[in-house]
Amino acid sequence: MKKETAKTLRAFAIELVVYAALVVGYFFLVLHFLGEGLHQLEVRHRYTYAGVALLLIIGQAVILQNVTTLLLRLIRGRAG
Amino acid sequence: MLFPISSAHISPIYLVIVGFVIGILGGFFGVGGSFIAGPALRAVGLDWNFAVGTDLAHIVGKSVVAVRQHRAFGNVDLRLGLVMAIGTIAGAEIGAQLIQMLSIVSIAVYVSISTFMMWESRKTLRSKKRGVAAPATAATKKEDPSSFGHVTRSIQRLNIPPLIKLPTSGITISLWIILLVAFVGGLFSGFLGGGAGYIRMPSMVYVLGIPTHLAVGTDLFEIIISASYGTFTHAIKGNVDILIALVMHTGAAIGAQIGAISTQYFTGPKIRLAFVPLPLIGAAIVIYTLMTGHKV
Repeated sequence: MKKETAKTLRAFAIELVVYAALVVGYFFLVLHFLGEGLHQLEVRHRYTYAGVALLLIIGQAVILQNVTTLLLRLIRGRAG
Repeated sequence: MLFPISSAHISPIYLVIVGFVIGILGGFFGVGGSFIAGPALRAVGLDWNFAVGTDLAHIVGKSVVAVRQHRAFGNVDLRLGLVMAIGTIAGAEIGAQLIQMLSIVSIAVYVSISTFMMWESRKTLRSKKRGVAAPATAATKKEDPSSFGHVTRSIQRLNIPPLIKLPTSGITISLWIILLVAFVGGLFSGFLGGGAGYIRMPSMVYVLGIPTHLAVGTDLFEIIISASYGTFTHAIKGNVDILIALVMHTGAAIGAQIGAISTQYFTGPKIRLAFVPLPLIGAAIVIYTLMTGHKV
């Protein structure tokens, strides 16, 4: 049981490190390119911006969850 | 980092950490987490309107992650969540108009909820200890006895048509009772500006008789719908900086999964006992609002 817990924690720690690296890349690449476009949309087309904002946050949620699940599966697969 | 939509300079690391903490709380307790996100965003200089709208957008994303995780565990009653969303949105619209009247009542309600949950969960845990200790498995952890169960069953027996069958939750109950619970939650949500999960989650357990794990998952599903509505209306008014919400959500996404998975290791009464401080935080927010004239 303790061995299993230690394995899970180690896999989770590795996942956090990989995830953090991905997120840093995400900040500098995606948000840098999205920022100005979204700002212009917010100023000029509020209704479109509202719809795009919702789609972006839901889309990111689905993608991030799939990424973390995939990472955990890969890391656990290697550890096991 | 400059966020051009709100013209705010905020550290992305700060946003990720705040999102992570809120994600854990949201995934575990089924609350939106506005009581942390609102003050945390305002503390770094974000305008009040942007703090509310942006927080709602981030709640949508965090709840999507938590609901997907809870759904994998069978903890989401989609039918109940959809019905509740209608009542919540209607309540939120009216709640925003009844601010003064609700404020005094809400303090009493929050303190009562907290005191009641402390009494009920401790009583249930004590009575479980007195019984024969069975080995803890995933199934026994989801068993959800409550010292208030007899009252809940009486509410479920109220035969006010139309009755709605909820196979996932294992109950049949009047549609009007569900709408009433959601409407009251919505009233507080409209008043406080957040999701008011700290009134809706206990109501689902004690009034509707939904098992705690299902109440957490279903409440989060309901929050996706009502917070999406809130995000859209706030975005139209120019109160949403989606870039801040996206950054916060990178932390919340992983926190929400940890919170949702953690519920599998705790029984219903233990989750309810851990929930006790949250309504007290709600009461503190109302007192602060009354004293300063600002929402948190």
